[in-house]
Amino acid sequence: MTPTARDYSLVGRDSELAEQNGLVAADWYSVDIDRKEIKRLMRRSDSPAIRDTLIWLGLLLVSGAGGAYFWGTWWCVPFFLVYGVLYGSSSDSRWHESGHGTAFKTRWMNSALYYFSSFLILREPTIWLWSHTRHHTDTIIVGRDPEIATPRPPDIKAMLLNIFALVSTWKTIKALFLHAGGKLTPNEATFVPESERSKVYWIARLYIAILLGVVLVCIATGSILPAMLVGLPSLYGGFMAIYFGLTQHSGLAEDVLDHRLNSRTVYMNPIFRFLYWNMNYHIEHHMFPMVPFHALPQLHEAIKHDCPEPYPSSIAAYREIIPTLLRQLKEPGFFVRRTLPNGAEPVPHNPGAVFQTSS
Amino acid sequence: MSDWIDACALDDIDEEDAITFKHDGGYYALYRTEDDQYYVTDGLCTHERVPLANGLVMGKIIECPKHNGRFDFTTGEAKGAPVCVNLKTYETDIRGGRLFFKLD
Repeated sequence: MTPTARDYSLVGRDSELAEQNGLVAADWYSVDIDRKEIKRLMRRSDSPAIRDTLIWLGLLLVSGAGGAYFWGTWWCVPFFLVYGVLYGSSSDSRWHESGHGTAFKTRWMNSALYYFSSFLILREPTIWLWSHTRHHTDTIIVGRDPEIATPRPPDIKAMLLNIFALVSTWKTIKALFLHAGGKLTPNEATFVPESERSKVYWIARLYIAILLGVVLVCIATGSILPAMLVGLPSLYGGFMAIYFGLTQHSGLAEDVLDHRLNSRTVYMNPIFRFLYWNMNYHIEHHMFPMVPFHALPQLHEAIKHDCPEPYPSSIAAYREIIPTLLRQLKEPGFFVRRTLPNGAEPVPHNPGAVFQTSS
Repeated sequence: MSDWIDACALDDIDEEDAITFKHDGGYYALYRTEDDQYYVTDGLCTHERVPLANGLVMGKIIECPKHNGRFDFTTGEAKGAPVCVNLKTYETDIRGGRLFFKLD
């Protein structure tokens, strides 16, 4: 069969194919785990996230103040490097974990962190809450999942530009103006319920007002320093979010109902795990999304016997990802087939993933 | 009294937990609170039809295991996105160490 291009929109041919192939809101493989054990792991706590958030905010404050103090000299560069990564990359994992409501036990703390970190990473909170909900329902199901970072064939130019969040920010700016005008894109309309849409429009107006305010302060002071502290860090500091994020699913199978085949668990060092809030345990997170970030290493130990071998480092993951994406440029049907442990039963690969058309 | 369903022994549900009960093609979630109060609701999340009893019980809240949508299982009230539709609740009774609930 000759592979044909896939349709990654949520309103196109592959969306219909996903329905026909039984991939929509389907039953996913889950490792058997004792109920008492998973209950223990799911248990919420405020203290790990309060500790990490205080460290995170403290470092943001110190590095931002250092950058501002040394502004105009080369000494500001390391400060803004740290500030940018904490602002534009680490906000991704804070947005993610608080969006799941698992970061803190106390609900309002999750909400506060969610809205704050959404702004830092320049994501509209309501749109992305619903987008991420769909990502968990239909993970890497073509035509259903709005968060497929590397469609096949991959757009390498956009990926490179996104090292500094250029493409994603441009899309966000266009979306903000669309939403501020009271409209959604056709894709968004498939996953944002009517009852949530007015919130989308008002938050878009608020974002625009804040960003315009920063521009006005820059003009008034004749300096881009205000934008270096609010707004621009989403771009110049976004590279670690991409570095972490691409390890999650890139190059792996599409249209399989088994997170062990379409997600990666990658061992990372403690600094990366602080910045990324343990999302390197990504198979574990997708299989049991109620388990908070601080319990993911324990969950990993509990289910690893039934999962593919974890990647020993992010470098090891990229040794697989980069050649795979380059090969997919010419051979979009190619993907990495993860090897399950001996005796583990794989979920049958769905025909939707071999580029069949409906005809 | 034929619409009262004998669901389970009280000890079948751990404290602050829930179990799934299937009856006549329907899914129900049976809850036990920390202070041994018992409640019954529909068993599938109103958002994506996921069995709720696999989720986490915290006080009077059940959190869906798939998308972390929350319901007050004593009233069925949906507590916010991504769940927007309330959960159906059922009247319960305890007789001889067993949990019964009344189907409408």
